[in-house]
Amino acid sequence: MSSSTLSLRRRLRERGLDGVTLLVIPGVVFVLALFIYPFLYGLVLSFVPKQGGALANYATFFTDPFLYDTIWTTLLIAIPVTILNVVVSIPVALRVRLMRRQRLLTTILVIPITLGTVMVAEGLLTYLGPRGWLNRVLLEFGLADSPVRLIHNYWGVMLSLVITGFPFTFLLTLSYVTGIDPSLEQAGAMLGARARTRFNRILLPLLLPGLTITLALAFVQAFSVFPSAILLGAPSGPTRVISIAAYTAAFEQFDYSMASAIAMIMAGMQVLIVVALLAMRGLFFRGPASTGKG
Amino acid sequence: MPIASRDFRELRLDRISRDFGQTHALRDITLTVGRGEFIALLGPSGCGKSTALNCIAGLLQLSDGAIWLDDTRIDELGPEARGFGMVFQNYALFPHMTVRRNIGFGLTTQRRGKAEIARRVDEALGVVRLDPHADKLPGQLSGGQQQRVAIARAIVVGPPLMLMDEPLSNLDAKLRLEMRAEVRRIHAMLGCSTVYVTHDQEEALSLADRILVLIDGQARQLGTPEELYSHPATPAVAEFMGYRNLLDSAAAPVDGGVVISIAGARLQGTAQGTHGTIDGPAVVAIRPEDLVPTPDGPIAATVEIAEYHGRDFYAVLRGDDGSALFCRSPVPVRAGDALRLAARPDRVLVYAAPTP
Repeated sequence: MSSSTLSLRRRLRERGLDGVTLLVIPGVVFVLALFIYPFLYGLVLSFVPKQGGALANYATFFTDPFLYDTIWTTLLIAIPVTILNVVVSIPVALRVRLMRRQRLLTTILVIPITLGTVMVAEGLLTYLGPRGWLNRVLLEFGLADSPVRLIHNYWGVMLSLVITGFPFTFLLTLSYVTGIDPSLEQAGAMLGARARTRFNRILLPLLLPGLTITLALAFVQAFSVFPSAILLGAPSGPTRVISIAAYTAAFEQFDYSMASAIAMIMAGMQVLIVVALLAMRGLFFRGPASTGKG
Repeated sequence: MPIASRDFRELRLDRISRDFGQTHALRDITLTVGRGEFIALLGPSGCGKSTALNCIAGLLQLSDGAIWLDDTRIDELGPEARGFGMVFQNYALFPHMTVRRNIGFGLTTQRRGKAEIARRVDEALGVVRLDPHADKLPGQLSGGQQQRVAIARAIVVGPPLMLMDEPLSNLDAKLRLEMRAEVRRIHAMLGCSTVYVTHDQEEALSLADRILVLIDGQARQLGTPEELYSHPATPAVAEFMGYRNLLDSAAAPVDGGVVISIAGARLQGTAQGTHGTIDGPAVVAIRPEDLVPTPDGPIAATVEIAEYHGRDFYAVLRGDDGSALFCRSPVPVRAGDALRLAARPDRVLVYAAPTP
């Protein structure tokens, strides 16, 4: 009897299951209680509208331009911001990789992440406002005739997403860039490749898988923009993003079912784009960015 | 010859130096590499030999000095403009390209036609005997195969000069011997000049036409393998060339050499250096294989450690005065044995002790 329990324990251990495996339980409970359950609850709720059939909420959303236009509004903000952040991150990361005092610069760049979007939005509101420092300087030096409008419109949201999103994409990109063995670039140079060729043919192909992940994560972050769209944007017009529509449904119209449906549509959009990006990633080389044992 | 080397007479390093902050990694190195010559830069790790190679390659800027290819000064040029071939210690193969595309890389940057690239890559694959692996990725190859891809990639463009940075140090012992022969064969076949960095004196001796010994960033000796092996210029070079017994002593001139005393015994040796003879403090260098157990030898010593090395025994001994000695013995020895040792006068190298 005892020999058979022993062998069971041994067989489990060979599959990597032992006492330590139990430590996964709190994590699983946490995810189930705080993520899976609310998600499923919301999903079910979205099919139980105030009136009409199970799909009434979705029908309303996709027939009312005031609602379905929020998708385009959000994409119009999220896609340019994501691409801008990632594209700018690449040259900066390539340069920072060679720097001695990398940590100092990295720390400075990370600060916006730790401050949070609301704080950054509040700061920008004052700084970019008609009486803010930026406009005062522009007017003082005669670079502008009247205060430049950078808040309560598209550009305000855009700027705040760059400030909070860039450090994130930069840090991810930096980790991918530093993962590439510098001797590969040197080998390229020894074979006559100039900087541009080295980037196009050696660095970029090795970076693409990582950049796609970065794009996916940065996009999801930008797509769910909420505080800065309200504080810095024009939440009733050009920056009425999808999360605002969900908020309005839930807390102004008290239609939780409709809000859930909008949240589900939002999640669906994000999943769609992330899956598309990851499928593209499958086309690239995904091995290690170095060879040999060196 | 399908892969032809461009013509040049000589590469000259003219007192080149390189500093990293406060440290002098390389100081005043002067060297002329002739056409077709195989030069080894030999030294312990951290001696500056890789720095020297990177300076020739253009991957590092010089702090001082100049590099000339015949009458053209090249140390201001970037690596891509110099056109030298380089084989890196970690191979540095492009992991996302097949073997064929790796080898063809240098030809595509020269904007050669497709047909020419295909033909020359095939030739290079033949030279390194990798034809069956042309369409694999580097990650699918063994270390030795990767090394051969790296060599093929460097030689396919026909560089006038090949730079090799410890190319065999990541291979196991058997493969290293094979690849050493391969490097020699390819060098002989292409006739291009080669600068080869290594810390392995055996590798340098077996491959190079001439060896430059670097220690602490300075050139200590330049010579043929025979010169370095038999007549190292200083005790430091001697130590690096396998003279395991380095003993402080006092020397007195006698007819036909000098007499020194080591391990409590008097021994005749040969004075090294330009002076011909030495009178005073000295350093004595003897190879373990030149310290031969002989029944009536002058040195008395006790075996402390004996290692069996197949053909002979390697023994660590303690002399009468307590000094440590190393010898190779064709006859079996065991710890605790008392031995008498002798050495031929011409194999006992005596250097004047460096004045402090």
